Amino acid sequence: MSTNPRSGENKQHTPDIASEARLLEIRQQAETRGVVPARGIRPVGAPFPQASPENGYFGIHLLKEPQWTLEIPLYFFAGGAAGSAAVIAAMADWLDKDPGLAHSARWVAFGGAIASSALLIRDLGRPSRFINMLRVFKVQSPMSMGAWTLAAFGGAAAASVFAKSAERRFGDRFPIAVIGNLGQFLSALFGLPFHNYTGVLIGATAIPVWNKNIATLPIHFGMSGLQAGVSLLEVMGHSRSRALNLLGIGSALWETWEGIHLESRNEPELNPLKRGASGWITRVGGTMSGPLPLALRLLAAGSGARRSRTLRRWAAMCGIAGSLLTRYGWVQAGHSSARDWRLPLEIPAELPATDNLQMKPKLSQRETAA
Amino acid sequence: MSTGLAVPPQQHRITAFLTDSTLCIGCKACEVACKEWNGVSADGFDWSGLSYDNTGTLGHSTWRHVKFVEHGPEPGIGGNAGEQLTWEFSSDVCKHCEVAGCLEACPTGSIVRTEFGGVYVQPDVCNGCGYCVVACPFGVVQKNPEDGRAFKCTFCYDRQKAGLPPACAKACPTESIKFGEINELKVAAQERVRELKARGMSDATLYDPTETSVKGLHAMFIVRGDPRQYNLPPKPEVPTVYLREGWRASAIGSGLLVAGALLAFLTSPGRKRGRRSERR
Repeated sequence: MSTNPRSGENKQHTPDIASEARLLEIRQQAETRGVVPARGIRPVGAPFPQASPENGYFGIHLLKEPQWTLEIPLYFFAGGAAGSAAVIAAMADWLDKDPGLAHSARWVAFGGAIASSALLIRDLGRPSRFINMLRVFKVQSPMSMGAWTLAAFGGAAAASVFAKSAERRFGDRFPIAVIGNLGQFLSALFGLPFHNYTGVLIGATAIPVWNKNIATLPIHFGMSGLQAGVSLLEVMGHSRSRALNLLGIGSALWETWEGIHLESRNEPELNPLKRGASGWITRVGGTMSGPLPLALRLLAAGSGARRSRTLRRWAAMCGIAGSLLTRYGWVQAGHSSARDWRLPLEIPAELPATDNLQMKPKLSQRETAA
Repeated sequence: MSTGLAVPPQQHRITAFLTDSTLCIGCKACEVACKEWNGVSADGFDWSGLSYDNTGTLGHSTWRHVKFVEHGPEPGIGGNAGEQLTWEFSSDVCKHCEVAGCLEACPTGSIVRTEFGGVYVQPDVCNGCGYCVVACPFGVVQKNPEDGRAFKCTFCYDRQKAGLPPACAKACPTESIKFGEINELKVAAQERVRELKARGMSDATLYDPTETSVKGLHAMFIVRGDPRQYNLPPKPEVPTVYLREGWRASAIGSGLLVAGALLAFLTSPGRKRGRRSERR
């Protein structure tokens, strides 16, 4: 990921060999003959860029691109899946429905918490200082809230998974049962903000495409996380659970609505979600976590047992890929959004950028004189 | 043991920069002085082709940056002849916002408000999470990929502690960069704009967005013409203004998940314990 905003600007302004050679020719002609009959050169980079209310400051973007590594969208995915899985585990256990599913979901929650921590620490510029994240408790910083939530969630998920596994083996004796139930309750409690706070995290920034969608991003990311959690559990073998299919249908429905909601709005801030590489990633991701798994799951609900299982496995694969792509798409969209120099300066795109010095008449006069 | 000596409530004055583009000659002495004093690394020798500005933006290795606002002729402005370019210079710097996005966002408490009112990144605390980078509405703070931590103008905290003006203000040969007590400077800025207008520079304005959520700057700018051509946003917002809506959405999403899970498990057939799971 390029961190130098200038690197893109430079290329078009470096002189090329042809024009340099022609310049040399002109100089030699002027020296020997005193006059140069043929035309001069058009300087590379011309017409000269201008700073103006239409061009901003030479079109150099004001905002900085995110400097997060590729671990961060993967963390959004893992965290979303883990948080949702903890809630699924608790519900399945409390309503006494599916102990096997609850067991797997606890492991997904725990594994997701471990993966999340590892990914977050890897992304840091100074990984050895990761503990500084817990140096202050800062309500106005979603990153701080997220770090604390992850810490609490990870602890609760670990307690839950180990105590409940021990319970399966040794029975629900006194300390084990208490630790297990408390851990399960807390992991579900912290899993709720953990599964969707990443939407707040990127929404409460200066990046236009993110903050423009602050009202829906947390729910969108939460649903994407639920989709991922459900799909992971199905791939792990719970592809007959009716509850999981219902949750899958619910999240796919929401993601479909989210896609329609984004596509139907015509705001310049949303362009990165529709154009270029980031547009492709978000659209493919949206299709794979919205309409596609929705159709497959509905088909599965109306099919025979065997076909239903296959269809749901496909829906699950789709959902996992879709959720991953959605996260990468949104982060990528943040990059293009930061590069859009017009947005923070409130310069409408319809305004044609003036790319010419108004000195043409003079130049042509000189040309005709020569 | 009380000594009975009253400690003055405010031992340090709150300081600010006032950068006056009408006095700037584009010498870049401030950029050099800043790098020299703070030991900031070089940032390459690229020719941008954008007027005389080969620096481009503020960043982890650029804490002062002279902008060269060059555009087509505007007869009458600044006494320019008809075919002369309009060429303004303005030295950019971290705005040290009254309500700073980077400071609010920093999860480690590395970014603090100093006793002089500046916004300071403590290099011994920063762990390089990069959240301040996307939280700054002016695109100032940046992570140094080689070092791993975020850097920006320190408002010469060390010099101010010793009672000295920041290096850039000290080096400025035309007093385009003024440094002083913030309220005095705000008055001086108004007076200067009035004076410029009286002298025929009707487009002179003070850039200090006090009416937005950043609530004003500790680095104000006097510029000529539209501030947007200096890459100064008309409505910079501190990202914390989005928090309320964001957390509300998060709460709604959590409610949806609980309701959905309840509904899904309540309606699914309550089989005997473990039958399905034992098979898988």
